[in-house]
Amino acid sequence: MKRSISIKDISKGTGPLIQITAEDQIPLPPPYDKPEFDPPIPPLSDKARENFVCLDDTVALNLPIPKTEKEEEQLVNQFLSGLEKCFSEDNNWTFLQPLVMSMEHCAKCQTCSDACHIYEESGNNPLYRPTFRSEVIRRIYHKYIKKASTWVHGDIDLNWKTVARLIELSYRCNVCRRCAQTCPIGVDNALLAREIRKIASQEMGIAAKEIHDDGSMLQLKVGSSTGMNKRVVIDNVEFIDEDITEMTGIETKTPFDVEGADILMLHNAGEIMAWPENPGCFAVLFNAAGLSWTMSSDFAAYDGINYGVWYDDVQFARTALLHAQAAQKLGVKKIVLGECGHAHKALTVIADKVLTGDLNIPRESCMPVLLDIVKSGKIKFDKSRNDFPVVLHDPCNMVRLMGIVSPQREILKAVVPEHRILEMAPHGVENYCCGGGSGFAIMSGHNFADWRHHMTGRRKFRQILNAFQNEPMDQDHPKYVCAPCSNCKGQIRDIINYYDAWEKHGIYYGGLVELMVNAMVDVKPGFIDWEWR
Amino acid sequence: MQLVPYIVAYVAIAIFIVAVIARFVMWSKMPLHVRWELYPVAHEAKKAHYGGSYLEESEWWNKPREVSLLGELKVMIPEILFLVALKEHNPKLWIRSFPFHFGLYLVIGCTVVMMGTGLLAAIAPELIAGGFGDLLRYVILGLGAVGMALAIFGALGLLQRRLTDPALRDATSGADLFNLVFFIIAFGCAFASFLIVDRDFAITAAFVANLVTFNPVALPGMDAAFYLPTISAALLSLLVLYIPLTHMSHFVGKYFAYHAIRWNDAPNLKGGDQEEAINGMLVRPLTWSASHIKGDGTKRWADAATEDFSK
Ligand code: SF4
Ligand code: SF4
Repeated sequence: MKRSISIKDISKGTGPLIQITAEDQIPLPPPYDKPEFDPPIPPLSDKARENFVCLDDTVALNLPIPKTEKEEEQLVNQFLSGLEKCFSEDNNWTFLQPLVMSMEHCAKCQTCSDACHIYEESGNNPLYRPTFRSEVIRRIYHKYIKKASTWVHGDIDLNWKTVARLIELSYRCNVCRRCAQTCPIGVDNALLAREIRKIASQEMGIAAKEIHDDGSMLQLKVGSSTGMNKRVVIDNVEFIDEDITEMTGIETKTPFDVEGADILMLHNAGEIMAWPENPGCFAVLFNAAGLSWTMSSDFAAYDGINYGVWYDDVQFARTALLHAQAAQKLGVKKIVLGECGHAHKALTVIADKVLTGDLNIPRESCMPVLLDIVKSGKIKFDKSRNDFPVVLHDPCNMVRLMGIVSPQREILKAVVPEHRILEMAPHGVENYCCGGGSGFAIMSGHNFADWRHHMTGRRKFRQILNAFQNEPMDQDHPKYVCAPCSNCKGQIRDIINYYDAWEKHGIYYGGLVELMVNAMVDVKPGFIDWEWR
Repeated sequence: MQLVPYIVAYVAIAIFIVAVIARFVMWSKMPLHVRWELYPVAHEAKKAHYGGSYLEESEWWNKPREVSLLGELKVMIPEILFLVALKEHNPKLWIRSFPFHFGLYLVIGCTVVMMGTGLLAAIAPELIAGGFGDLLRYVILGLGAVGMALAIFGALGLLQRRLTDPALRDATSGADLFNLVFFIIAFGCAFASFLIVDRDFAITAAFVANLVTFNPVALPGMDAAFYLPTISAALLSLLVLYIPLTHMSHFVGKYFAYHAIRWNDAPNLKGGDQEEAINGMLVRPLTWSASHIKGDGTKRWADAATEDFSK
């Protein structure tokens, strides 16, 4: 149902504004270039269409359709109230300057559109332009808050559909900021998407359930979005240590709550549940290198996630403080973030303007720490143990948003034969998002996961297939996508499963430390056994 | 009557200066915000070429931070002069936007040379009496004629694209079209004046010289062809006045977009000078209404951030 949609259409009609069909999309590269290998997005169920606000035939938020005029008005008024607060120094000091910059100076040149994987993979559907949602919020702001001329700023009708669809639309962006990189003026459409999410969450109490109720709130109530409490975490990590000891032949013990250790290691607790070998490998490497380190069993300090970065500044600050407090209590010299991109950015960069005094404990990425281990020569690596193609995925949060580009590549060169290392095109700071950014990796209601695979994750899958183009595409020739980030791993796992890419074509995925441990001379050969998933 | 173009020009220049300063002050006075940098960051001396940062270094807080002004200039100057980002990411628009902007720069350059020549003529007339004066007049002629031609060509191209490209059209407001038309009319009029009555820019240069020397006298030749140069001067003055009042003031915003946001990677070191400002932010009140915040105007950010949900 490809049709030209205009900005003003957001206020009109009922039901979905667009629907992406197989014909709209560019075919995937071989071996997925036949329609039979690339199933279309299943339609949203009739029940969901009847009950929830619909933008594009999928639903992220389960926003109920207002039943009365009063409910409709409430939606509009709450949104306006939140929008006004976004421009208040008290309520939004966190992002006021970047927000005003992006609201005022867009030249509407659409240069940013071609940088967006979602827009391109949709077959250039205007709804997914980075500027679409920005232009809607800009017009609402100028017309209804500032009462400025619509001749100058453009016109828009404001009704409950405008508001509800705009909020849904803010959850059609990975907040990867690739578009911002190409803007000749410096406007940031990703930031505007996040500000819309903020209005919804901080003012209206609307957010994706997976991110808020089952995510940041659960972390603040129980200690982790996985639901694990202190006891469960310690038990689980003990199991991991036992397994890793058996797999590597190296006695492995993860230290907990060691006061005065140099390093507090902060993992995404999702690793402990879904990819236990990852924290296990960190333990093997840190112990072998003789680092002074510990994990914390303190409340929320065993889970490095901070979903607030995706949608809510208050939730963000709460979690960042809990992490810093745990480090302060142990008296560590620094916090090191494990393989989790958003946790990296949250605590290292964004929390930089939140933590002061005794809570201002240095934070750093695991990448330079791991590179130091490699350079120290304390661990002997045998590259030939990783004699299979490895392509590196760059998590947006680490590269484009933190400038950590080189250490992971240097590490790979030390543990994988150089002729086996592949790069995606483009990579580094110009990489594409895995498709799971801004919370999508954990969002799967209705047909949202299908939409995600076809729209946000498709570009990454395309890049992976292109990278392996000269390799035999069967399971006898395993190929490794190295994704040093929990969220990216989750998204890449999902898309590999969706296309059955491991069973059919031998495409496998994992983190960076797994490759390091697999290459350790002191570890039993065959640590990566291709059976974990 | 002879005073009118002078008055319009003085008022326009005054409003331009005040509006640009006001924008600068507004942007500078905004409260501290969280870091939101975007790589590559140009002042990363040895790492900017691939987008790397000091966060690639272990224990970066114990190492001296290198901020390369040269690195920034290497990006900023080509960006300002040649719109490098647009060329790379949107070449179709660049072939219109670049001549437009570069034409404006040349016209600004031409005006500056006219001002300098006018001042020199007042202070040391012997200096510009000979060959040097001729050279300046050629420079004025070249910059002005080429600049106006480029700007008109670019503005027409931008208008054509805005009207014919569906994506651009949907996002275009009445004012966006008006702005381009205004440029085309003002520069078109000035170009016509150049072609018809002011082939060597002598009238315009005399007008600018009188402006900078505060000598608002009737111009030679104004009687013979009064309207075109006068209308051109008035329209260009109005344009100068209008630009900083619109989103075309992005030349101010862009400075902040880069220096205060995209490249602002200055870390908040323990005991450093940022901590006090941050503490000042944390005691600000908040009024966000969602049930997990319940900001009532007395609750501060620090209170909201330290609420205990585990009980
Ligand atoms: S955000 Fe930037 S690139 Fe996109 S339309 Fe606006 S000015 Fe152009
Ligand atoms: S932030 Fe990423 S996903 Fe969102 S609009 Fe920009 S390029 Fe597209």
